[in-house]
Amino acid sequence: MLISLNWLKELVDISGLTTNELAEIITKTGIEVDGVYEPEDLPKNVVVGNVLSCEQHPNADKLSLCQVDVGEETLQIVCGAPNIRAGQKVAVAVPGAVLPGGFKIKKTKLRGEESSGMVCSLQELGVKEEDVPEAFVDGIFVFPEETEVGADAVQLLNLDDSIIELDVTPNRADALSMAGVAYETAAALDRSYELETPSYEEVKEKATDHVSVKIEDAEANPYYGAFVIKDVEVKESPLWLKNRLMAAGTRPINNVVDITNYVLLEYGQPLHAFDLDRFGSDKVVTRFAEEGEEIRTLDDKVRTLSSNHLVITNGEKAHAIAGVMGGADSEVQEDTTTILLEAAYFSPRVVREGAKDHELRSEASVRFEKGLDVNRVAQAGERACELFENYAGATILKGVAEEDHLDREEKEVRMETEQLNNRLGTDMSTDEVKDILRRLQFGYEEKKDVFDVQVPTRRFDITIFEDMLEEVARIYGYDRLPYTLPNSSQQAGGLTQAQHLKREVKTYLEGAGLSETITYSLTDKTAAEQMISPELKGEANGAIRLAMPMSEDHSHLRLSMLPELLRTHRYNTARQQQNLAYYELGKVFISEDEAHQEQPKEVVRAAGAVSGNWVSHLWQQEKKEVDFYVVKGIVEGLAERMGLTFTYVKGEVNGMHPGRTAIVHCEGETVGFMGQVHPRYQKDWDLKETYVFDLNMDLLLELYEKEETFAKIPKYPSVSRDIALVVEEEVSAGDIEATIREAGAPLIKQVKVFDVYQGEHMESGKKSLAFNLLYLDPERTLKDKEVEEAHKSILEAVASKHGASLRE
Amino acid sequence: MKERLQELETEALGKVEKSGTIDELKQVRVEYLGKKGPITEVLRGMGKLSKEERPVIGQLANDVREKISDAIDEKQTKLEDEALEEQLKEESIDVTLPGRPVQVGGPHLLTSIIEEIEDLFLGMGFEIKEGPEVETDYYNFEALNLPKGHPARDMQDTFYITEELLMRTHTSPVQARTMGQKNGTEPVKMICPGKVYRRDTDDATHSHQFTQIEGLLVDENVRMSDLKGVLQTFAQKMFGAEREIRLRPSFFPFTEPSVEMDISCKMCGGEGCSVCKGTGWIEILGAGMVHPNVLEMAGYDSEKYSGFAFGMGPERIAMLKHGIDDIRHFYTNDVRFLSQYHKA
Repeated sequence: MLISLNWLKELVDISGLTTNELAEIITKTGIEVDGVYEPEDLPKNVVVGNVLSCEQHPNADKLSLCQVDVGEETLQIVCGAPNIRAGQKVAVAVPGAVLPGGFKIKKTKLRGEESSGMVCSLQELGVKEEDVPEAFVDGIFVFPEETEVGADAVQLLNLDDSIIELDVTPNRADALSMAGVAYETAAALDRSYELETPSYEEVKEKATDHVSVKIEDAEANPYYGAFVIKDVEVKESPLWLKNRLMAAGTRPINNVVDITNYVLLEYGQPLHAFDLDRFGSDKVVTRFAEEGEEIRTLDDKVRTLSSNHLVITNGEKAHAIAGVMGGADSEVQEDTTTILLEAAYFSPRVVREGAKDHELRSEASVRFEKGLDVNRVAQAGERACELFENYAGATILKGVAEEDHLDREEKEVRMETEQLNNRLGTDMSTDEVKDILRRLQFGYEEKKDVFDVQVPTRRFDITIFEDMLEEVARIYGYDRLPYTLPNSSQQAGGLTQAQHLKREVKTYLEGAGLSETITYSLTDKTAAEQMISPELKGEANGAIRLAMPMSEDHSHLRLSMLPELLRTHRYNTARQQQNLAYYELGKVFISEDEAHQEQPKEVVRAAGAVSGNWVSHLWQQEKKEVDFYVVKGIVEGLAERMGLTFTYVKGEVNGMHPGRTAIVHCEGETVGFMGQVHPRYQKDWDLKETYVFDLNMDLLLELYEKEETFAKIPKYPSVSRDIALVVEEEVSAGDIEATIREAGAPLIKQVKVFDVYQGEHMESGKKSLAFNLLYLDPERTLKDKEVEEAHKSILEAVASKHGASLRE
Repeated sequence: MKERLQELETEALGKVEKSGTIDELKQVRVEYLGKKGPITEVLRGMGKLSKEERPVIGQLANDVREKISDAIDEKQTKLEDEALEEQLKEESIDVTLPGRPVQVGGPHLLTSIIEEIEDLFLGMGFEIKEGPEVETDYYNFEALNLPKGHPARDMQDTFYITEELLMRTHTSPVQARTMGQKNGTEPVKMICPGKVYRRDTDDATHSHQFTQIEGLLVDENVRMSDLKGVLQTFAQKMFGAEREIRLRPSFFPFTEPSVEMDISCKMCGGEGCSVCKGTGWIEILGAGMVHPNVLEMAGYDSEKYSGFAFGMGPERIAMLKHGIDDIRHFYTNDVRFLSQYHKA
């Protein structure tokens, strides 16, 4: 809401404060100030001139040659505006004037004729085009006839006004009016304000002689008042009224529309003027629309209504969507003389539905939606009548035709001084509390420090003790509250084991050379359903889709983090970043029901993607490209860090290279997978050879055990033996290793592959695998014979199980 | 014999002198001091000498032997030193050549900020709680005093999945869930960091996914001054001891009173500059006293229990601390962005 200080200062004494100081006080006590606009770059030396004569320019079709009296002298001015006429009062920038943007006005010759100055449009004086009245948009501005020649145009047009923009929170709808802001400012500054009661002359003829009002649904429409205003002369509004509308960002139209808009700004109460002669009956009936009922609204659109929409009818035909927009058929026009003025209270819910369904949110609908002061509805109508009498030459009929179900009772809230102090941590006296209530202009009864506060209806947001607590605290001043620390029950705090472990995992991965990323949980359908880890069974029910996504790119909840991580790779690869190593710790979302109606299972995962060179140390001729085993090393290290043993089995995962993917197991459970991204996928995504891993952190955290009993450091020497085995090339090293460990137990302590060979001197289809074995008995020194025996049974086992023979 | 020994001495010392390598020196040792060497031979022939001469010659022979041995040792040390000197010279390298690179990763800036905030509150005895990112309408809104049709629901554009399921728009549902587990009797002292989602178009200041950290303390006799004290402690640890805080009225449906907390601007020290838009203050977080409806819905007696809650955006804090101009940087994951914040 834009607050004109020239307007505000006529309501409340704000003298002695700069605009910024005032903004600061308003912010600290109640309503956030979003911006302060001081008049800057104001036009200088622009005065009111009287156009004495206006003739065609002898040498130019589109120019006029005018003689303009500016008070002290008469100037000849060449003017290009199409709407300039003799007898008009206009804004003249005299020679030496400066217009916004530093544009200087000098004596000059235009097409051979002398021109001493410029007749200005409002835009040229710095008014925003959307606020300029329609009649003056394409030409100069014309002052009312009675305007004094030679007067300062800047002042007359209120261009020297300062504006404060308020960001009104939903609970403070009372501040969506000048009156509300005036009450607020008065309380903040401890000055006085009271909304004036309107007054006008009523004729004997009654409004009820002309119209009757009937409400069909009192909950949707608790109050409807119809004023009848006769002899209306539709014309331009007075300058002051136009100025105030423009300062508030509202374009002046004509006096009837302007007056209703002005009262909306002043009282916060929306009003609507119907042309009574075009209304089609003497009955106002408010009801819910029929399904499919139609109305042509002011914007000349035919709108189809539903039974959720409240309409104002003449007994048959809808003439307005309540609180949202009037109908075109009863619109006030140039020739209108009799007005039916609506001042009503519609339920917030009903107006919200109407505004939402027809996408017509307006200054009016917003106020209905947020709530109105029940005691100001009819009063706002009276205020409009007062203005119609003064500025439209109208006759106001006596009284108002109405139906009234409004509860106008003031709410009572009880509070105690001690209770306030206990909640705030303050030491206020009852007298201080009384003083705050006086500033707020809230009535109360007080007995022994217990207050029964009568909350004015304009503050309909206040209903419970805590609301009053806020009122008292903000006027008391939050900056005066002491700083204390809670003396609440002491709690140790600290990370849980799972939280601690997650941090450890991050630290490990970063130490291993991976950088953390955070990617989007919402992705496109294809990406959301790719590379799903085998233990998740996510394929079965598919990715969950948002009801109304902003775009298809972010429409589904991911089942795997890898596609978004790879998107990151793609992004960086396209920017000449060659060697990439990322991880992310995040969640995937597995729907456990096909219809996606239940809350999904959220699984925490640690995923990573690596490509390019792992080591690039060229001057010492060392270079290592990322391959399967680089990533496997990282995964193995993670297992070690968590004290877990992983086993790896070749497997297939959608989106992965079928020959280079391992499913990772731990203690009999599948905990994730790792391997190379499918080459087809790599090509589609312009990726280099990329290796990934994706582990189920929830499962790993379950398998993790913190406590370890101390294992003694061996005192006796171990015995080392190397063996080279020849096997078929399909036989995996992991299987042989498992057999060695089984057959060599309990003496075998370590099995390490140290050579894999295939090629010359080997039978084709065969390979050689060389292992280093370590035997140890923690209790004594091993004898050669024992080692020989264990070694022999190992060789027998690998021979029978894998057809392995010792390499010659 | 005496002459013979003196002759041997001169001869041997001469050869020691001439030896250029350790091997040559070894030769000299064997030649003169070995069991078959000439000195031993001289000593063997001592039997022919008189009783008086014997000790004299014996003494002389030992002296000669010692002299030669010392000379060899001395020469050996000298030769070894020279050899080492030579070796060191040969082993000299260019220490300015680059080392073998070790891959170093690092945390995402948001994680660093979140962990820093977590650690501050852990130190004040808060626990960290987590909750689902896909929430029910009940926990995301209704349990937080935002019934269906509440106008303030418009403040948070929501990604709905079904009528009852949605992407959480804040981390507050974790608070509602945690309170709900306490049967209305135990105090709560927690913070909840996490990802949240809003139906926004991504631009420099909006992201459809971002992070939040919220905090909650519920107990008997919690005062608004406690909120102020805790927030000041946080702000000064996070932003510097010289920072001031101010609270100003605001509105959140789940707190009453509601406030927003500003800290004094670091750039201008409160004078007013472009960073703080001339106000001298920078908005950091929203907070307030827990609304009695929220307490009651979670099973607490709001006459007996009170509490405060606060919430902040790590993105905003990161952007302020590091002068980052576009929120999308956090989710684009450009390596050139990420690596700027890897130092400890």
